[in-house]
Amino acid sequence: MFTDFFLKLRDAKVPVTLKEHLTLIEGLKAGVCDWSVESFYYLSRATLVKDEAHLDKFDRVFGEVFKGIESLSPEALLAAIPEEWLKKLTERFLTEEEKRQIQSLGGWEKLMETLRERLAEQKGRHQGGSKWIGTAGTSPFGAYGYNPEGIRIGQDQNRNNRAVKVWDKREFRNFDDKVELGTRNIKVALRKLRRFAREGAASELDLPDTIRSTAHNAGWLDVKMVPERHNAVKVLLFLDVGGSMDEHIKVCEELFSAVKSEFKHLEYFYFHNCPYEAMWKDNRRRWSEKTPTLQILRTYGPDYRAVFVGDATMSPYEIVQPGGSVEHFNEEAGQVWLQRVTEHFRRLIWLNPVEERRWNWTQSVKMIERLVGQRMFPLTLDGLDRGIRALSR
Amino acid sequence: MLFTGTKSYVATPDLMTAVNAAIALKRPLLVKGEPGTGKTVLAREVAASLGRPLIEWHVKSTTKAQHGLYEYDAVARLRDGQLGDERVRDIRNYISRGKLWEVFAAEETCVLLIDEIDKADIEFPNDLLLELDRMEFHVYETRETVKAKNRPIVFITSNNEKELPDAFLRRCFFHYIRFPDKETMERIIDVHFPDIKKALVREALTVFYELREVPGLKKKPSTSELLDWLKLLMVEDLPPDALKAKDAKSLIPPLHGALLKNEQDVHLFERLAFLARRESRGD
Repeated sequence: MFTDFFLKLRDAKVPVTLKEHLTLIEGLKAGVCDWSVESFYYLSRATLVKDEAHLDKFDRVFGEVFKGIESLSPEALLAAIPEEWLKKLTERFLTEEEKRQIQSLGGWEKLMETLRERLAEQKGRHQGGSKWIGTAGTSPFGAYGYNPEGIRIGQDQNRNNRAVKVWDKREFRNFDDKVELGTRNIKVALRKLRRFAREGAASELDLPDTIRSTAHNAGWLDVKMVPERHNAVKVLLFLDVGGSMDEHIKVCEELFSAVKSEFKHLEYFYFHNCPYEAMWKDNRRRWSEKTPTLQILRTYGPDYRAVFVGDATMSPYEIVQPGGSVEHFNEEAGQVWLQRVTEHFRRLIWLNPVEERRWNWTQSVKMIERLVGQRMFPLTLDGLDRGIRALSR
Repeated sequence: MLFTGTKSYVATPDLMTAVNAAIALKRPLLVKGEPGTGKTVLAREVAASLGRPLIEWHVKSTTKAQHGLYEYDAVARLRDGQLGDERVRDIRNYISRGKLWEVFAAEETCVLLIDEIDKADIEFPNDLLLELDRMEFHVYETRETVKAKNRPIVFITSNNEKELPDAFLRRCFFHYIRFPDKETMERIIDVHFPDIKKALVREALTVFYELREVPGLKKKPSTSELLDWLKLLMVEDLPPDALKAKDAKSLIPPLHGALLKNEQDVHLFERLAFLARRESRGD
């Protein structure tokens, strides 16, 4: 049941699991929603989506999978339902008095015929967007409760349209975490980074103080607690400057500086395109005041987490060839230096402002990604999240 | 048992579906949304409308999952031991029940609210997985298993400060309370202030939504702030015209303190108002 829907959701990278799918079916079985598309939409949304970031994707998939439904004409619907079945259902759901009323209208066949006529008649009017059978209250069909569970022919149409609007409106687009970092979502990004900087519980037993105060208390126990030390995360930022990505890199720099107080140490260095034998700390004096990369590796231990930010878009020669740099003559190739850095810093990621789906188009991006051990992440909320997780491991 | 909103709470159809699904399948409902959109109030209203007792567990940054189950006061027992108190022989004297135990022990189905779950440590939700799934836990000190007599209806609210673990999410229903549109907002106001003048509401809502559109506000005013503001307007008995600021004389809404909670926001707004005034004078 709804397996296609489930699979399509997974294809669209909405993280749904079998358990949730089973919950949905359980919910349907328990009769949580009536049989309108709208209420099915709400139920499946509450069951399958657990993060507002995925709501938009869900809406799109839902719209795609159930696209045909709202365009199904009532006539086709009626034709698709065997008459016998309708009859039986009605018999089950109608009271004696109502059955008598049906009789007075000329029996079942007559009723069906009138219904067909009425439907055909109303089809034209419905295009204009006016009322449907059963809602006005005067039509025999509405009054007779012609909507036994399962075949709600009437109002459904209207509700459908409303529901379609709900998911077609795509109100949750803003919550999607695949958009690039900007002023709007910078707050969330900050929060994520802060989480990265500070992990762990709030208090722990202060043993020396407990012993001291217990002794002071003439042997009556006096427990002392101290707040646990904040996690001492040390971060080393390597920023690629002087390219088209300067703006994104600035965002990233600001981002990390904003949470600077949360880290024990935060240092940053600049490079151009690919790290070589030297980097610099001040862009104005980049030619005069360079720091040798070897010195950086000596100064900052492997307990530092290294974060590279750059588009990794360059000529492959700049990575593989000695002397390949566009700015100076490098005696050793970029990849040698990058390898040294990755070997030194166990926890390292590369944030790339270029959209993830475009990485395949540039050879150098793939090369750098391989060099940093597939730990390249896009500069989006989602990417930042995955990156931070990779750094925390 | 169907929840359809109450006299003092307007529930949208999607919210109702989510709540009823959670009630029918006895699974927790995780509610997220902007602050002030009625996440916490929801649990209270559901409890009231179903006539069930409500037990609230407010989570703080120091709260541990264990606090919700029970706490064993070893220090008190040690002290009693030193004093030679008789109480010390029974360990049960030193176990105090937490909110979950209270809920599990209740004779009728309760509504449990776990408020602001994201405030706690990141492991907190993980520690509650089994308890919320099977609705039982084990007390190691007395070697007994506490099992829920009736599966409670659980509401969990989150402000998104931390992400919740996947395993936890998989066990919940989820609902994101969107900021209400103008139509829903009018219904909400109607429910809270039935005797408020229609004209005043219309003007106030226009001002309110315009204010929410002001770019760069640190904290956008939300539903609860709007309701506070309307209360003030009613107490002051302001005529609707007072809110019509289109003449650019008084662009800052009266009693704006109820809507803008942040000094920088007020400054920003004043500056924008000043610019608008200058523009209109130039016309």
